[in-house]
Amino acid sequence: MLSVEKVDVFYGEFQAVREISFQVQGGELVTIIGANGAGKSTILKGLMGLESCERGKITFQEQDITHMPTYQRARLGITLVPEGRRLFQDFTVEQNLVAGGYTRTDASAVERDLQRTYDLFPILKERGHQVAKTLSGGEQQMLAIGRALMASPRLILMDEISLGLMPKYVNEVFNTIESLHREGVTILLVEQNARKALAVADRGYVLETGRILIENEARGLASDPRVKKAYLGG
Amino acid sequence: MFGGYIITVAVTIGIYIILAMSLNIITGYAGQISLGHAAFWGIGAYCSALLSTRLGLPFWIGLPMTIAITALTGSLLAIPCLRVREDFLAITTIGINFVVQAVFLYVPFFGGAMGIGGIRSPFSTSSFFWITLIFVLVCIVLDRWLVTSWIGLALESIREDETAAAISGIDVVRFKVAAFAIGSGLTGLAGHLYAHFMTFISADDFGFPQSIVILSMIVFGGIGTLRGAILGAIILGVAPEIFRPVLDYRTLIYGGLLIFMMRFQPGGILGDQSVLPKLFRMVRQRSPALVRSG
Repeated sequence: MLSVEKVDVFYGEFQAVREISFQVQGGELVTIIGANGAGKSTILKGLMGLESCERGKITFQEQDITHMPTYQRARLGITLVPEGRRLFQDFTVEQNLVAGGYTRTDASAVERDLQRTYDLFPILKERGHQVAKTLSGGEQQMLAIGRALMASPRLILMDEISLGLMPKYVNEVFNTIESLHREGVTILLVEQNARKALAVADRGYVLETGRILIENEARGLASDPRVKKAYLGG
Repeated sequence: MFGGYIITVAVTIGIYIILAMSLNIITGYAGQISLGHAAFWGIGAYCSALLSTRLGLPFWIGLPMTIAITALTGSLLAIPCLRVREDFLAITTIGINFVVQAVFLYVPFFGGAMGIGGIRSPFSTSSFFWITLIFVLVCIVLDRWLVTSWIGLALESIREDETAAAISGIDVVRFKVAAFAIGSGLTGLAGHLYAHFMTFISADDFGFPQSIVILSMIVFGGIGTLRGAILGAIILGVAPEIFRPVLDYRTLIYGGLLIFMMRFQPGGILGDQSVLPKLFRMVRQRSPALVRSG
């Protein structure tokens, strides 16, 4: 579904990612783990078109999207749950969700997805008319995921979604990711919380200072001594 | 019906309401700060004046042409604004204001320091009032339609977070240009009314201080709300008439007002999160309970 070939991504002037290659198949849950500053978020920004790819090629469903602007990638069915959530702060919860489904033309399908999102996160329904900035951190993260789902995406990119959340919410968010995966949504997950990420993922890549070091099935990575030592605390 | 003086003030306020509404679309809804809004107004007024005096076009034919030309110029001038955000955007728009005003002042085609006079209005002063009122009402309907449409949703998403808007599939560049096009189209209408009402215009009418006056109106009333733009235009439009003796300090007062509002009531007096609307909502929510208990 998604194929990245020898891509360099720059973060401003700084080359954050060098010649990385990886693939995500339809229906897969793939994770990229790595330390702070390894370039994980930059990869997702490059995939979404928020940072520019200077070399290499990104293909999504047989279409070259390397130089496509962000909104067109969104229309192809890629979406991002960005780091720091980036909600529409002064919109209500419901307005945020409606804006997430901006590109869709089938009103009844959007209504259905709104109900589905509310079923997934009942707290969002309760808070439907509340302004987004008044939600707690965990609720805001759920809203950010809900907004991404409203686009009915083929591929969801998730950037550090457990960062700064209370443990209770971390579990809830990972449960959500698992149930989305079971529904067949394709997910690329970037996480500092390697233990949690490898527990839910099918496959994983280990990124270190802008390069991919190891690629393996998630179970294999979790038992890999190098991964254990560096990311799983022994 | 009314005295001539009252009508003149009323028409002026009507024009200010249209200007405030148009800036509210660009700055209030789309979040693109413009400190050069009077430039677009001037473009509308000069365009209207030239069509009338040089080509002898009647009011109703000049009107759509003025709106179209101003909207087009506005979107062209928006292009340099697309690359900059916030404070840089503010400075760029100030620059646009000075350049446009200088062109009117120094290019002989635009009448130079003498401006353009002899614009013929087909209406009496009192029918001008009714025409202005009708246009204000039309603009209000347009504004309501815009806010509830998918264009309004896109504009407000861009104001809230450009990156998140793009991720949601919104073409940020196109909608920023659209905001400037719609906003300056409305200033074209305001310019057309102004030129035909005053029958004489000059570059001084469209300087940077005027831009601050228009901005003050929407900040004072409540930026991003229609009711705020209208009320701000009415209050700050009437104020100079009441406080004629301190007219020399007008810019000073508006500047001070801007700072005061930003510091103590950034949402304006009628903004969604401001004191007055909150009180109003509280009263409305409480009244059924009061009725029950009584």
